[in-house]
Amino acid sequence: MKLQQLSLFLENRPGQIKLPCQALGKAGIDILTLSLADTQQFGILRLIVQDPEKAKKVLESAGCVVKVNEVLAVEVQDRPGGLGEVLEAFDQSSLSIEYMYALAAGQRGKTAILVFRLEDPDAAAKKLQGRGVRILSREEVLARVAA
Amino acid sequence: MARPFENRVFDPAETLPPGELRALQGRRLADLASRATRVPFYRAAFEKAGVRPEAVRSADDVRRLPFTTKADLRENYPLGLVAVPRAEIARIHGSSGTTGRPTFVAYTRADLDLWSGLCARFLVAGGLRPGHLCHVAFGYGLFTGGFGLHQGIERVGAGIVPAAGGNTPRQVMLLRDLEADVLVCTPSYALHIAEVARAEGMGARALGLSLGHFGGEPWTEEMRAEIEEELGILAFNNYGLSEVVGPGVSGECALRTGMHVAEDHFLVECLDPETLEPVPDGTVGELVFTSLTKEAMPVVRYRTRDLASLDRSPCPCGRSGARMGRVVGRSDDMLIIRGVNVFPSQVEEALLRVEGTAPHYLIEVDRPGTLDDVVVKVEIRPRDFQDEMRQMVDLRDRIDHEIHSITGIRMKVELVAPNTLARSEGKAQRVRDHRKEKT
Repeated sequence: MKLQQLSLFLENRPGQIKLPCQALGKAGIDILTLSLADTQQFGILRLIVQDPEKAKKVLESAGCVVKVNEVLAVEVQDRPGGLGEVLEAFDQSSLSIEYMYALAAGQRGKTAILVFRLEDPDAAAKKLQGRGVRILSREEVLARVAA
Repeated sequence: MARPFENRVFDPAETLPPGELRALQGRRLADLASRATRVPFYRAAFEKAGVRPEAVRSADDVRRLPFTTKADLRENYPLGLVAVPRAEIARIHGSSGTTGRPTFVAYTRADLDLWSGLCARFLVAGGLRPGHLCHVAFGYGLFTGGFGLHQGIERVGAGIVPAAGGNTPRQVMLLRDLEADVLVCTPSYALHIAEVARAEGMGARALGLSLGHFGGEPWTEEMRAEIEEELGILAFNNYGLSEVVGPGVSGECALRTGMHVAEDHFLVECLDPETLEPVPDGTVGELVFTSLTKEAMPVVRYRTRDLASLDRSPCPCGRSGARMGRVVGRSDDMLIIRGVNVFPSQVEEALLRVEGTAPHYLIEVDRPGTLDDVVVKVEIRPRDFQDEMRQMVDLRDRIDHEIHSITGIRMKVELVAPNTLARSEGKAQRVRDHRKEKT
């Protein structure tokens, strides 16, 4: 039900994003999507990868500080108002979103996948599903990315 | 506008012939030994060193006496080293260093009188005369700079604008409108005032100053040249530390070839900081002072950690006190930032408070313009790293806050990736002082 997300600490100087991405590339690990949060002085790179456990080891041996978090992959109808409907379910369930970003997968015009970070992903998933929100498993996400 | 001036001596004691000075020091040292050993700390230290106070007879006997350090002052917090009854204390000051808690020093009425006279000595030696108006931009408070210079100026008979520290545009306004002749502050603040005056569209020379007396932090000849050029003044260096008396321990005469130590009141030694043996004249060593006449809080062989050299050759000005060169560094790793003493251990303490254990860090000090700039780089460890931005920003802000509350100095905290800070020979480099590389 939940996805493993890797977060990396990055200094704000040239070459900092390249290093972890190249390390993953060398190890043959596919990045499914990423998101970057930044301040003037440092950033946090968030990655959803094919094999998070192996990726963590690869990144750590490359000298990165890595944190693993659980996030939810939520299916959203790719049409005007689609995201609004899902967010309505969050509201109804009194869930606050820490942050969210899009997962680059799915066919345009059908469905999209958004990644949500919430305080208690298990409880949140249950509540959202109770309101008809479709949450994708790891296998489903991988299958859609492959499609 | 800077004008040359005639050599004038405030106190005839400044020109005592060397032989007489040495004899006076011996008599005063003997008296000090008996007064200091009224303090339990000194009594114990003398005993441990195997010295009976009555056996101290000449100035040379100072070498048999035990040393006193900043740590001793801290261990005897707050006033454990005071040698007079409480009722005789006329004033208490504190060291500018803020290492957790301050160290205090006490003065009797006679000490305050001595102190103002010592400040008057270097002020007169450096051209201050009755009729001058002095703008004092030192902090007035526990710090000895403000009150020390203030009293010295009054003693000389000159006028004072007690502007105190901070609010530089207002300082510039006061200087312009009240037309002070003499600027008294730290050398870096003098440059800052010049900078602000320039930014306000009037040249700093238009402030009409003619003289500057600067101290409270180490500075260089290059800085002196810059200050004199910017402000159109003659700039004089003075030295002191609260543990010894405050400003007035030494100061330059018109020849500006070192600062004459008030040796009739302070016995000065220049020692190798490792072996504690005297170094030859002209060689840099750690300065060690013994107060000969101070009543409330005498100090015996106080290790300043300041590195400088002594010159005992005669000075054409007639003053017999040894001349000390500029302070070129510290024998420990203390940093002087904007005139405040800061120890890397304080930054470590701040990190400890925030994170439980101190991660690897590096303090980088620079002076890009005229004011010291400090960046603390802190390596992020996996246990400190949080996925959410606000937690990371919060971590940085808490470190920032702790450093400020412990040191009293604002430092820019930067979180950096692990293993990016240099390590050498297993021992971590904690400080990189770019100011030193430039001087």
